[in-house]
Amino acid sequence: MASEARPKLAVYKFSSCDGCQLALLNLEDELLSLVGAVEIAYFLEASSATLPGPYDVALVEGSVTTAEDVERIHAIRKDAKCLMTIGACATTGGIQALRNWKDVNEFIRCVYARPEYIHTLKDSTPISKHVKVDLELNGCPINKVQALEVLTALLQGRAPHLPPHAVCMECKRRGTVCVTVAQGIACLGPLTHAGCGALCPSYNRGCYGCFGPMENPNPDSLAAHLLSTGVSRSHVIQLLRGFTGYSDAFRAASDKLERIAQ
Amino acid sequence: MSASLPRVSASVAMPKGSLQQVFDNLRAAGYTLVGPTVRDSAIVLDEIDGLDDLPQGWTDEQQPAHYRLKKAPDNQYFSYGVGPHSWKQFLHPSRLRLFSVEKNNGSWTIRPSQEPPPRYAFIGVRACDVAAIGIQDRVLIGSEFRDPHYAARREQVFVLAVNCSHSGATCFCASMKTGPKVTGGFDLALTELPDIFLVEIGSEAGAEVLGDVPWEAATAFDLGRASRVIQRAERQDGRHMLTDDLPDVLYENLESPQWDEVATRCLSCANCTLVCPTCFCTTVEDVSNLRATSAERIRVADSCFNRDFSHVHGGNSRPTIRSRYRQWLTHKLASWIDQFGTSGCVGCGRCITWCPVGIEITEEVNAIRAKGGK
Repeated sequence: MASEARPKLAVYKFSSCDGCQLALLNLEDELLSLVGAVEIAYFLEASSATLPGPYDVALVEGSVTTAEDVERIHAIRKDAKCLMTIGACATTGGIQALRNWKDVNEFIRCVYARPEYIHTLKDSTPISKHVKVDLELNGCPINKVQALEVLTALLQGRAPHLPPHAVCMECKRRGTVCVTVAQGIACLGPLTHAGCGALCPSYNRGCYGCFGPMENPNPDSLAAHLLSTGVSRSHVIQLLRGFTGYSDAFRAASDKLERIAQ
Repeated sequence: MSASLPRVSASVAMPKGSLQQVFDNLRAAGYTLVGPTVRDSAIVLDEIDGLDDLPQGWTDEQQPAHYRLKKAPDNQYFSYGVGPHSWKQFLHPSRLRLFSVEKNNGSWTIRPSQEPPPRYAFIGVRACDVAAIGIQDRVLIGSEFRDPHYAARREQVFVLAVNCSHSGATCFCASMKTGPKVTGGFDLALTELPDIFLVEIGSEAGAEVLGDVPWEAATAFDLGRASRVIQRAERQDGRHMLTDDLPDVLYENLESPQWDEVATRCLSCANCTLVCPTCFCTTVEDVSNLRATSAERIRVADSCFNRDFSHVHGGNSRPTIRSRYRQWLTHKLASWIDQFGTSGCVGCGRCITWCPVGIEITEEVNAIRAKGGK
């Protein structure tokens, strides 16, 4: 493939921990072939050298939390043929969206010595709330195999393989014994989008939903069952309000539980 | 002691420790042993070496959405019910590479998967699971469209079955007429008594495995004790399914309000289909490298509870959880009979135990029957 034919890739960061960008850099063995197949034109986490747009593919990490973020994401959208969000923050608002249930000014007063320097929006919101998103890659962080699959599919002009079913499929395929049924550990696997390979249950802990809701989540039923087995309402709310707690399905379920409690 | 081999269909008594010798003989004959063993707080199926790997002294407690591994009151080898795994994961693996393709000098070479199929001896197969293997045989190799991967594994399998001495609270094999006694489809079938194994010989291969194992012809006393053990298990079945009016009661109630009710509880997470020992659906995933010079086709377990499963050109034929649960239940208990001549349910109870919200197939059928007025 001649170098001028290589698609130009840009990677951007908003409010996030950089973990998804690191997952891209963690591709290790595949990174050299990736660099050969695409031109990495803008990726500050990897290199300070940048090339001007427009770009064929923009990967966006992080959520929108400032007025500048809002302007920047619109500019990025204009400059990108295909915009793909990577990770829980960009796709659902991230763990920082917990502030959406509270008064952000109280947090600012508690955390910062000089609150007057902080200019932030009231809410942390997903990229899709502001611009059209062509594809969303879930996870906190994203799964590097899925990231490579998406880029490979884009290069080859085919649909990427990102099954939207529950994490339970992945547990059962690998033979992991259900931690909820066999040990009573609360697990969001039946509500959560697959893609991680059912990592947490294989280490004997419950899924905490970092890939966000699966294709047709039924959180009310799982919550009712957890409550009936003695899990406290506050624990179920906390479980739903994790890294993807501001996603529509998890938010609606945790809000409902909170209303019932009041 | 007898120097000759027992004849097929005979029952013999064997010291418990001699089961190790049976295992050794199977291994010497080239089999990989797979059987129950304790792992991850459950009794799972995995490769085993000897008697020490069996869950001796362990049992389980099962309820809807509830499984707990417990110390058994006795020190027997088989005092528990079926666990989260079933034999289909060895005969019909949940992930199987079918072939790979590679591009060299502009042309593609296709390489079928060359891995030789493993030769398994299944240790401790319960009656419901023997029936389940029989059902998968009909589905996967019982017609002109044979699954060669299943066939290659199935043809070599040695089945050492065990008659259940205990039934769990989610078991209903007696209703489905599949157990708790194994009545066919085995090479050897054990009944565990406190002092001996009573061994029924099911095939020439089974008799040969007993070659140098000490055995005696079973006495009437032993046979009586064994039959009481199995009767006790039958009485213990914790769930019941009325089958007399199946499949009609389901076909006549396809618009029952119960389907809406169960859809409020069903998570559509697919656990029931994946633990079911007869559910057989698969899909294929194609994986390619970045430069499009090599690719693989992998077959993976799929489920009718996944939306993609019923995605066809123009839309989805089962877009709601209600429609997917109804499809699963009516196929399992009704249209399976039209399609393959038997029910697709063997009464093992796995779908009840391993449903994360404890939906009971037996209760759903009862509710549909009650609401339908039949």
